[in-house]
Amino acid sequence: MIDVIDLQKSFGDLQVLKGINMTINQGDIVCVIGPSGSGKSTFLRCLNCMEDPTGGQIIFNGVDIADMSVDINIHRRKMGMVFQQFNLFNNKTVLENIMLAPVYVGMKELKKKNPFPSRADKKKIIAEAKVNAMSLLCRIGLEDKANVYPSTLSGGQKQRVAIVRALAMNPEVILFDEPTSALDPEMVGEVLDLMKELAHEGMTMVIVTHEMGFAREVGTRLCFMDEGIIMEENTPAAFFDNPQCPRAIEFLSKVL
Amino acid sequence: MGNFSAKIAKFIEVLIDRRGYVKVLEGLQNTLIIAVLGLAIGIVIGTLIATVRVLPKYRRSVRVLNGACSVYVDFFRGTPMVAQLLLFYYVMLPLMGLHMSGMNVSIAVFGLNSGAYISEIMRAGIQSVDGGQMEAGRAVGLPFSTTMLKIVIPQAVKNILPTLGNEFIALIKETSVVSFVGAANLYTAFNYIGTNAYEFMVPYLAMAIIYIVIILLISFGIKMMERGLNKSDRRH
Ligand SMILES: Nc1ncnc2c1ncn2[C@@H]1O[C@H](COP(=O)(O)OP(=O)(O)OP(=O)(O)O)[C@@H](O)[C@H]1O
Ligand SMILES: [Mg+2]
Repeated sequence: MIDVIDLQKSFGDLQVLKGINMTINQGDIVCVIGPSGSGKSTFLRCLNCMEDPTGGQIIFNGVDIADMSVDINIHRRKMGMVFQQFNLFNNKTVLENIMLAPVYVGMKELKKKNPFPSRADKKKIIAEAKVNAMSLLCRIGLEDKANVYPSTLSGGQKQRVAIVRALAMNPEVILFDEPTSALDPEMVGEVLDLMKELAHEGMTMVIVTHEMGFAREVGTRLCFMDEGIIMEENTPAAFFDNPQCPRAIEFLSKVL
Repeated sequence: MGNFSAKIAKFIEVLIDRRGYVKVLEGLQNTLIIAVLGLAIGIVIGTLIATVRVLPKYRRSVRVLNGACSVYVDFFRGTPMVAQLLLFYYVMLPLMGLHMSGMNVSIAVFGLNSGAYISEIMRAGIQSVDGGQMEAGRAVGLPFSTTMLKIVIPQAVKNILPTLGNEFIALIKETSVVSFVGAANLYTAFNYIGTNAYEFMVPYLAMAIIYIVIILLISFGIKMMERGLNKSDRRH
């Protein structure tokens, strides 16, 4: 699904990613761990070109999306992203947060077919997006929060809404950047549980995390990053039980 | 004191019996039209310029556009409104062989002028919105322009509403100079009354009072709007 080939990224003189290769297949749950500043976030953000790679390729469904001439918006709709700081739209209600992009895309496709769509057609798109958004909210038990603003939600609720906001676009893969790091400890569980559910449904996920237990339990693959490269890649069980490279051994001795 | 009540009587006579109020209403109307349309044009121009100024600068075209915007802003912030009105009316229009009424020139110049000020206000507003908002919009596949319009700018406007209100108040006050290009306004109205009553004390006092009342009303309106917009801050 995603082929990362010799991915490089520099900020000015600072080379953060020094040639990363990775293949992500349908249903993979790739957990990325590593010390702070090793380039995990940068790597994840390059996957959907939130940061433009300065070298290498990212082949997503056969298209090199690192090529600046492709319309990245179309591809991003198939790659959800969940942020450490949730980033819900503050000026939109919970329901509007989830509906915004699906309605935008629906309207755009409608106008492609017919430059002057009827009101009924537009209403239909909104209604469908709303039904879908409500069913997603029901799934996470927040249907009663549909019409409140994000500022009234707890951190765990915010992150679960952010996850279903990504789901509303029917993405093929979801990228998570430390989704539980900004949460109070008692709220970490509810977010991880939702992510586990997605994993069991076969969602493809790339997860940067410090939750080693979660990585071990849910991940199908584990990548240890340091100094801008993937130093070690293995199944989570094999990695945690028997890390090979010295940096990984040192890292694990600190965090476990 | 008898002197003063005589002056008031004279003022009222010109204002009412000699239809001075028509001039006052006309002046009031022009003042509001120029300020409101000037503000509206200014918001559009200011938002566009502010957007250009927060665009990432790696493309050459963006840098050129950015330079042009900063010349524009420096010009309109660095010269007084009167000079801009006079330049537009007596220099630009004749050079281009165009004719416009003093009123239209005033609206245009007020719009261009407030565009420059509002661009700076709006830029600060946009920068006050957490960068994660733009990222989240782009991450779900919305284009830059849509994210800006639907997510970032509404939050920026909320943050700058008090400052935008001050800009509107400044515009109202500045309308007193549009008589330089022959547009009627509150100053010309009360000047007319003063000329006909042979005394200026009461007319100019009345003019000041009208300005204060308008501005207090606007301040009140802005406060109400702020309260309405705050609904997305912590409330069920
Ligand atoms: N926009 C940027 N401009 C300049 N340098 C950056 C930028 N983003 C990241 N960096 C630098 O790139 C390096 C890697 O950062 P990155 O955020 O990818 O690390 P990380 O592995 O996610 O760390 P953490 O665990 O702390 O989140 C750091 O040295 C950081 O300072
Ligand atoms: Mg990070």
